[in-house]
Amino acid sequence: MSTAEKYVTAAYLVVLAVVLLYVVLYAFKLGRLEREVAELAELARRREAERKQAA
Amino acid sequence: MTFLGDVLALARKDLLLELRSRDTVPAMLLFVVSTLVVFHFALPSDASATAETGLLWVALLFTALLGLVRAFVAEREERVLDGLVLAPCDRSAIWLGKVIGVMVFLMAAEVVALPAYALFFRPVGWELVAAVALADVGLAAVGTLLGAMAAAGRARELLLPLLFLPLVIPIVVGGVGASATGDPGRYLAFLGLYDAVFAILSWASFEYVVTE
Amino acid sequence: MSTSLRNNQNVVLAAAAGCLLLAGTALAFYWVPNAPIEGFRQRIFYFHVPIALTAYACFGWAAWKALRLLWTRERRYDLESYTAVHMGVIFGILTLVTGSIWARTSWGHWWVWGSRQLVLFLVLFLFYAAYFMLRYSVEPGPRRANMSAVYALFGVALIPISFLAIRLAEDLVHPVVFTHDVQSKLTGSQLLTFVVCLVGMLSLAGSFYVNELTGKRLDARLRELQEALQ
Repeated sequence: MSTAEKYVTAAYLVVLAVVLLYVVLYAFKLGRLEREVAELAELARRREAERKQAA
Repeated sequence: MTFLGDVLALARKDLLLELRSRDTVPAMLLFVVSTLVVFHFALPSDASATAETGLLWVALLFTALLGLVRAFVAEREERVLDGLVLAPCDRSAIWLGKVIGVMVFLMAAEVVALPAYALFFRPVGWELVAAVALADVGLAAVGTLLGAMAAAGRARELLLPLLFLPLVIPIVVGGVGASATGDPGRYLAFLGLYDAVFAILSWASFEYVVTE
Repeated sequence: MSTSLRNNQNVVLAAAAGCLLLAGTALAFYWVPNAPIEGFRQRIFYFHVPIALTAYACFGWAAWKALRLLWTRERRYDLESYTAVHMGVIFGILTLVTGSIWARTSWGHWWVWGSRQLVLFLVLFLFYAAYFMLRYSVEPGPRRANMSAVYALFGVALIPISFLAIRLAEDLVHPVVFTHDVQSKLTGSQLLTFVVCLVGMLSLAGSFYVNELTGKRLDARLRELQEALQ
């Protein structure tokens, strides 16, 4: 591979790398959101159970 | 009160406070002269006109920052700003009043800075004075708006330079160009354009920056 | 907009981005002939310039949403403007990196002050990076939304003024002005490759934008739920 080809490929690969990095970071964020939703659902369920017991 | 009446009253307030307390302008004067001396040691002996002029503009920029930090970021000033916003005056009158105050402070500093520069480095021509005058308008207009923004956050003294510096790069280009090249007209016209665009923008948007 | 419609929009954008960028890369590497003057390394152009244009588009979109916020005071425009600025910064960084690589292969240096495009993006990057500093430093609320909107509007005013300033600055110190030898008229094959990559990049930005906006909105609603339940 000539040097020109190396640089051109590097430029395209950098773009790909940044896109993939973004996707990975976003996957982490979605994981956190899922966890928080699960916690909230659990909290809501517990509240509902307490309310039924008290009634 | 009329708009102009409000503006003049606010500008008078800033100037009177400064006259009585004398804390901002002396600091700016001392700062700019010290900076020029530091620059003498930072420059090689055969520095070009452009390099020396460039450093003068850097000194002016940071002196302006110093003045702006005092104009908005001081604790007392932030409470005054909240009070003023509650008053039934046009919010842009607050902006214009502050701009006039800041410009007076800047010009007071430059009355000392430019002769000091002429003494330490090279003579000052009319183009430099004109460029400095035009630049003061832009620095005050933009700086007042950004100062109000920074005052609303934490770490205000850190935030204002970060917001200020990218926005005033064109002023540095215009200023150095007007004083260091043989064609000052173009650069002075550019400074005028910058002033027009950003003064109008700052005037129009100040209301939104200080209210909910 | 209902959630399902939003999801569909996202899928379409992402699929379009994927197909177009794949096709564009293939075209740029295999189909398009070498540029007559620059040679093989000119092919960076097919990614670098679309990325730059997409960054400008993102900043413009952010300014439009900012204007809508100040006009209507509807809170949703704040998140939309913020996300658009975020996209603009991501693509801005990509512009700087690809531009730097192109500079290295064309002129031997990783940075050249004589390249107007590079310097402009550096100034814009500094400006919009400060946008995030502003947002982190102010309490969330209508005041922060207003300030961010005003700042985003200042950004688009800064773009042409900075460009003018950079052009004027070239006469100051007489640096060698570095421009790539991209012909003023693109040939048919070059134009096709360019357009495919441009639409692909815009779709990519759009897809990221929709994704991130959904994520931020979910975040906001989760906060509300948390507060309601606790």
